[in-house]
Amino acid sequence: MAWELDSDRPIYAQLVERIQMQIVSGQYAPGERLPSVRELSAEAAVNPNTMQKAFAELERSGLIITQRTNGRTVTEDAEMIQKIRKDLASEHLELFFAKMMELGYTNEEIERLIHEFYVEKRGGTDK
Amino acid sequence: MSELVEISNLCKSYQSGSMAVDNVTLTLPKGKIIGLLGPNGSGKTTLIKMLNGLLTPSAGSLLINGMEVGPETKALVAYLPDRSCLAENMKVSEIVSYFEDFYADFSRERAEQMLNNLGIDASAKLKTLSKGTKEKVQLILVMSRAADLYLLDEPIAGVDPAARDYILRTIIQNYNPEATVVISTHLISDVEQVLDEVIFMKYGKLVLYTSVDNIREQHGKSVDAYFREVFAC
Repeated sequence: MAWELDSDRPIYAQLVERIQMQIVSGQYAPGERLPSVRELSAEAAVNPNTMQKAFAELERSGLIITQRTNGRTVTEDAEMIQKIRKDLASEHLELFFAKMMELGYTNEEIERLIHEFYVEKRGGTDK
Repeated sequence: MSELVEISNLCKSYQSGSMAVDNVTLTLPKGKIIGLLGPNGSGKTTLIKMLNGLLTPSAGSLLINGMEVGPETKALVAYLPDRSCLAENMKVSEIVSYFEDFYADFSRERAEQMLNNLGIDASAKLKTLSKGTKEKVQLILVMSRAADLYLLDEPIAGVDPAARDYILRTIIQNYNPEATVVISTHLISDVEQVLDEVIFMKYGKLVLYTSVDNIREQHGKSVDAYFREVFAC
């Protein structure tokens, strides 16, 4: 199935985000071999040159490594992966807080809302 | 030399006096999938027909792999016309043999595989097939060649969305860093993800030649949306 991509942002940037997400969420394990550009661009239904550009970007950041004999693999540096994961989480929190403030909630109220949500909707237990 | 097509000051005027292609200068590299976009009557088909030698330029020059358009360049160019060009009385399998005989770079195996994937009966006569299926057959024949330059004039206009996806996927899977694919179409949003670069034409003139991601970066919108803006009526 073709990947869902936004129509108003550069395609390669969205491919970078998507592959990054697959790595930090563990769909691709540290050290795991990645599909070839050709395979992945066919799966995503995007231009192979654009996929190549996305891979080059991920290589520059060190998240994926090109092995001369073994194609491309995810970095074995678990710390780096965790750091990127945390950065992404921070970005989401940033957006979440900005939205809640827009709705007029204070920090304390937001905290309480999160707790209520956790208990009621997600089936979590009270502290 | 990595430039596949070199067009300089190319013009084509028809007897009516209209300039179908008006002083176009353009260089196309190898290994790209390029959208040739423009409103009706902007000169897209005329440009393609000059590239494959069906029309001769009124002025200017045109080189493919450094050669003037002629028998040598025709062997390098795979062309999908905007209308049917096959004998209606032939069976699909006969047409495949015909192409195999005609083009040294034709792969029968590839053609049969694609016919099979799209569920097209090779023993059927062309005239018994629907319009969309005929278009699919024609595209399969073109994409079964190992050409340096593919010129596809409206390859997806007449086929259903599922077949469109298959065709675009086929173009991606056949991708070869030595070959370039030029796709002329109105259905920009369907092909946008597959394209490296786009050429915008208007009244026979070249308006823009840039990459898809450049348009998205600079204008914050899709090529489709940008096209609607540039060519707003």
